[in-house]
Amino acid sequence: MKNIKHIFKKELKSYFVSPIAYIVISVFLLIIGWLFYSTFFLDRQANLTRFFSILPVAFAFVVPAVTMRLFSEEINIGSYEILLTMPVTFRDIIVGKFLAAVGFIGIMLIPTLFYAVTTTFLGKLDWGPVIGGYLGAILLGATFSAIGLLASSVTRNQVVAFIIGMAVCLALTLLIDFMLFFLPNFLVGIFQYLSANYHFQNIAKGVIDLRDILYFVSVSFVVLYGTNLIMQGKK
Amino acid sequence: MIKIENLTKYYGDLKAVDSVSFEIQKGEILGLLGPNGAGKTTIYRILTGYLSPTSGSIKVKDFNIQNNLIEIKKLIGYLPEAAPIYQDMLVFDYLNYVADIRGVDKEKKLAHLRELADLCSLNEVMHFSINELSKGYRQRVGIAHALMGDPEILVLDEPTAGLDPNQIVETRDIIRRIGKEKTIVFSTHILSEAEATCDRVVIIDRGKKVADDTVENLRKSLKLESFEKIFLALTKGKGH
Repeated sequence: MKNIKHIFKKELKSYFVSPIAYIVISVFLLIIGWLFYSTFFLDRQANLTRFFSILPVAFAFVVPAVTMRLFSEEINIGSYEILLTMPVTFRDIIVGKFLAAVGFIGIMLIPTLFYAVTTTFLGKLDWGPVIGGYLGAILLGATFSAIGLLASSVTRNQVVAFIIGMAVCLALTLLIDFMLFFLPNFLVGIFQYLSANYHFQNIAKGVIDLRDILYFVSVSFVVLYGTNLIMQGKK
Repeated sequence: MIKIENLTKYYGDLKAVDSVSFEIQKGEILGLLGPNGAGKTTIYRILTGYLSPTSGSIKVKDFNIQNNLIEIKKLIGYLPEAAPIYQDMLVFDYLNYVADIRGVDKEKKLAHLRELADLCSLNEVMHFSINELSKGYRQRVGIAHALMGDPEILVLDEPTAGLDPNQIVETRDIIRRIGKEKTIVFSTHILSEAEATCDRVVIIDRGKKVADDTVENLRKSLKLESFEKIFLALTKGKGH
């Protein structure tokens, strides 16, 4: 447990000593702020629905950029060997790195609370969907982080890790939603259940259903376990 | 202290280590020598838990690498070849992190870090980022990493490779100083260095052990004067 904390601290800190953290956060805020506010005043509605509806796609691009270095960089420069020969288990390493990525995403989301606060000046904001939306955002960010971490563990090339992670995250948000249109009726339910976007939008409505939470938790767990198997296989 | 038995490692079809067995006594300085690609680094990597063996066993004290890997990792300080370490961390932050992971007591941590900085002459660079360091300093950070938490066993993979003559002498001094209390396994291509520092040498060639004795005894049994000739005789002329 202690080692998880040490690895978490080290990873989170190392985000902020390199420029990558600031670049990722700025790009994220710029794009999401622009997409959100460009129609905000046309909609004439004091809510964050639009913000949360574009968040999964934004995350599909941003989260793999956050996680791509976690293993690839270490494998590439060789510090992976140092990491593995220290008295830590695979579980310590994976969970520590995973939590660091989730923590980073949490920090990245803090400035967006500004949208909620400013919206209250314009009208009566319903906080239920906002709280649900942020809870969903953390769950979604965690699931995408797990996917990004797995992608990072299979290659020494950060660009490859980013592309794999992005492709899988996009498939879970956009691709499945588009596919639903072409699917026979009896398959729609199953594929809808696989969609991260579907579960996220449920939570973002302010309805916190255990099934949606279970989806994010179980996908994250399975993917992190897969990362463990990949590390095991490298030995 | 360390007992290696019939250790074998395949990389795909390539047999990198071929049923190697040897023991290392407590307090001994053992030189693991051999040409490049002989399998030394592979043996270190298995011993330190980075790789798992295809077959064979390693016992450190009463611990077995199959079942008690974490306990073994706690006993061993490891300097990998070319000491690859986190580029964008400050030396102090890095060593502090290693101290945390190796479970150094909070109260004793700062004193321990100071002690290691003195021993490895790192005082002037503690607040430099690692990618700004010269190779010599980087190697010393690697040695400080290996010594962190006072492990009983040190595994040093070519600690003097690529250093200039002054740095080689300094590094050798550090090894000798710490070697008084610890069990050390190290490799080098400088045979005079091995002869001067090691109590015993194990020579590996193409994955197989070809010698395991003191340099003095090897001299007698092979009737060769220079250690260089002994090394060549043992590792050459078999179809290289």
